[in-house]
Amino acid sequence: MPDLLLELFSEEMPADAQVPASDNLKKYITDGFINESVSYANAASFSTPQRLCVVIEGLAAISEKKVESKRGPKVDAPRRAVEGFASSVNLKIGDLKIKEEEKGKYYFAELHQPVSRVEDLASKIVKDAILNLGWRKSMRWGNSQIKWVRPLRSILCVMTFEDRSEIVSMNIGDIKASNETCGHRFMCPDKFTVDSFECYQDKLRKSYVILDPIERAEIIWTDASNLAFSHGLRVIKDDNLLNEVSALVEWPSVLMGEISNKYLDLPSELLQTSMKVHQKFFSLVNDKNKKIEKFITVANVICDDNGQTIIKGNQKVLDARLADGKFFFENDLKIAKEGGSSWMANLNDVVFHGKLGSLSDRVVRINRLALKLAPYFEIENEKICKAVNFSKTDLCSQMVYEFPELQGVMGKYYAEAAGYDNEIALAILEHYQPQGPSDKLPSQPLSVILALADKIDLLSCFWSIDEKPTGSKDPYALRRAAIGVIRLILNSGVNINLQEILSDKVVNFDVPKDEIIHFLHERLKVLFRDRGDRYDVIEACLNASESNDLVLLEEKINALGSFLSTDNGIKLLKGFKRANNILVAEEKKDGVIYELDPELKYMKNSYEKNLFKAINKIQPEIKKELKKKNFEAVLLKTTKLLGPIDDFFIEVKVNDESQITRRNRLCLLNSVKNICSTFCDLTLIQDITSQIDN
Amino acid sequence: MKIDKNEKPRSFQDIIMRLNQYWSSNGCAILQPYDMEVGAGTFHPATTLRALGPKPWSVAYVQSCRRPTDGRYGENPNRLQHYYQYQVLIKPSPEQLQELYLGSLEAIGINMNVHDIRFVEDDWESPTLGAWGLGWEVWCDGMEVSQFTYFQQIGGHDCNPVSGELTYGLERLAMYVLGSDHVMDMPFNDPDSPTKLKYRDIFFQTEQEYSRWNFDIADTEVLLKNFLDAEKQCVNILNQEELDKTTGKKIIMVHPAYDQCIKASHFFNLLDARGVISVTERQAYIARVRKLTKLCADSFLSTEAGGAAE
Repeated sequence: MPDLLLELFSEEMPADAQVPASDNLKKYITDGFINESVSYANAASFSTPQRLCVVIEGLAAISEKKVESKRGPKVDAPRRAVEGFASSVNLKIGDLKIKEEEKGKYYFAELHQPVSRVEDLASKIVKDAILNLGWRKSMRWGNSQIKWVRPLRSILCVMTFEDRSEIVSMNIGDIKASNETCGHRFMCPDKFTVDSFECYQDKLRKSYVILDPIERAEIIWTDASNLAFSHGLRVIKDDNLLNEVSALVEWPSVLMGEISNKYLDLPSELLQTSMKVHQKFFSLVNDKNKKIEKFITVANVICDDNGQTIIKGNQKVLDARLADGKFFFENDLKIAKEGGSSWMANLNDVVFHGKLGSLSDRVVRINRLALKLAPYFEIENEKICKAVNFSKTDLCSQMVYEFPELQGVMGKYYAEAAGYDNEIALAILEHYQPQGPSDKLPSQPLSVILALADKIDLLSCFWSIDEKPTGSKDPYALRRAAIGVIRLILNSGVNINLQEILSDKVVNFDVPKDEIIHFLHERLKVLFRDRGDRYDVIEACLNASESNDLVLLEEKINALGSFLSTDNGIKLLKGFKRANNILVAEEKKDGVIYELDPELKYMKNSYEKNLFKAINKIQPEIKKELKKKNFEAVLLKTTKLLGPIDDFFIEVKVNDESQITRRNRLCLLNSVKNICSTFCDLTLIQDITSQIDN
Repeated sequence: MKIDKNEKPRSFQDIIMRLNQYWSSNGCAILQPYDMEVGAGTFHPATTLRALGPKPWSVAYVQSCRRPTDGRYGENPNRLQHYYQYQVLIKPSPEQLQELYLGSLEAIGINMNVHDIRFVEDDWESPTLGAWGLGWEVWCDGMEVSQFTYFQQIGGHDCNPVSGELTYGLERLAMYVLGSDHVMDMPFNDPDSPTKLKYRDIFFQTEQEYSRWNFDIADTEVLLKNFLDAEKQCVNILNQEELDKTTGKKIIMVHPAYDQCIKASHFFNLLDARGVISVTERQAYIARVRKLTKLCADSFLSTEAGGAAE
């Protein structure tokens, strides 16, 4: 069972491109073998900054026999046609098979595909895979004819058999595949040959290359954590950074450095962001005082001086960065202490969107929305106005210009410096939350008001100029904003009416409120399905009544969901469906709708009378519960109908000979339907049988 | 002069001379700085224009660069509104350009056994030049010491063959090699010479003067007019008939036109530093400069140096 080893060696590839590229390469190659009917046991892919590697183990030595059946003429076709067919497939007429098909008997030729040796197939499969590999951005170099993410230097492609190994020959551009590669760029750049994956991995390790990005990440994380621990500190976890750093080195070497005292008092978010974004450093925090005190950097080499030069160099760079950061921060604080008035003036000049005016216009709109929300949260208007007016000023600060991801974070510090109270400062920080379905929510009502107003304005704005998300395109992150609105409303449990809260107009554009509400409902469906709610339950509640109040909507969905998970719930649904099915069928037949109240005087059977009485008895109770918005109780009351409904269907024939009786009974079924549908459309609930199938 | 790798450079100018020596010995023509205000060494016509067209090219040069918004009155340890870049451009890019580049670091005394050199992804783009390329920021112990780019497009034209461009930020690199913590403390000439000159002696006062001028004094109305004039003149020059009346030869005045394009770009940078350009206007100005670069690139390709047949 031969194994295939492929390594594409190039100049340093972008960190985020390595793993996806090696995965795709593996997929293309394995797909290629499968298409040629060659099976394999295992496939794996690895990557380093300079290497993409795919290894496929236990390949079948030859492709499986494939028989292709080719249909010829009918058996009663002229002999010449049959002869023609036979010679076209290089067979004699006697070799043709006859098979019966729907339209008659036909001649068939069974063609045995020649089997191929895997080494003969590999070259084309691998070459196609390499040439089909797509990159976010690819480039040419020198006089190259091919494009690659960075200049491709060499290709190692070897097939290992039990007794020998062979180079899989191929040419890509000017590069000829070989069995040669080289080690770490600095520590062991010599070339060496390999004859198998084990040999390859082993020689690489001896040449200071760890092939597996996961192994490199583990080494980095373990070494960093231990180093931090030994200094009484903790590494701030950051998986994105860890994966990125792992893709920047072939031989990780973890080093710890100091942050100069004069910068330790800068906001920790600023330290962390600056170190991560510019230097790809991990931050080490002291849990006792919550301060970031040191950093971890990951080098690609082991040095003669144990990395002392590298640490010193990195510290110096960080010093310069933080000097800049401190310069910006202190300048910003000066402006903040004067109330930030120059920033507020600048907001006039910053265009939010060509059609939607400046950032100041946006602040005015957010303010209006926030004041509409105020009564729901019982917060004074004055406080809201103060918070909103300061909420976007940090966008004009130097710090946020340098680090856009610190918006809000710096706003909080500047609000404090400007003399605002903690509640306002916190609201400015939190008004960007939540950033998605699992991001944290604001911690206090004032923040919720700002966060909601901010996001409702975003939705109103972009719908008003018809810039809606389509497919995978959502440049203004409106899906995130919609999810934010939903989570903020549901979490605060406030009965906000979306129709009232959405803006009527933005600038001069009308806001299509219904479309936005529909979009919110669609997002809500996704959100609820992801947390495990039944899709049909959501639909049933959404479609039955207007759902401008998301909190009520959630209560309905919860009530119906838990009701339908009980035996009584399933039984009631069954009764409802039966009643509804008969009603729909008869209404269709008669071309009328039976919506009149049934009348006792036309009832001649005690079972229908019982059902009628039961309905009448619970009707006012249900009304009462509905008024209290106690949806669970509403559903519970309907279970009182279970016995009467069952009896009715057993003992009563709806299609009575007397038309009066029949119609009255259909009206009674309609009452059953109505009383079960006070807040949800049970016709949308899947049948019990199909639920079992699921 | 022969470079002794084991002997460390002692001054800023020593590093420049070693780079000249190294790239000269690797086949580059050593050019002199362009005599105009540019924001980056890439603006030198020996790069912007010569990276276009099919003709092989191989040059290295120092270029002084002006970045008005980076002025810090000489106080920041490594930010300056006027600084030097060392630029190498080789067309077509040779196969071992990375190794050649690393050799240049060794030539200026960076010992690979104690430093961590990294090629970190960088998609280079110059909206004003209508240019982009792929390559890296080269990091030495976490500090960006060079920009390494394979040019893909300039002035809207595909580069074919592709040039390899190396840009060294000389001050930062030299500070690193010489062990200076502040750019102003770096020895400019030999520290043992009778007239020792530090970077401070030459540039501290000018940094103060220009920072003040760039940020607060430069007359924005004049600058705006300068921008418009340069823009107009650039187009005008390229609109001239190709036939020169004096010599009776075809002379397309690409370089004079490109000079005006460089000027427009610098006036824009100054206006930007004065904070009078809003976000939306900014894009519009950049697009106007790009249009000029593109006109120059178009014209260059119809000249002999651009590979057009006579």
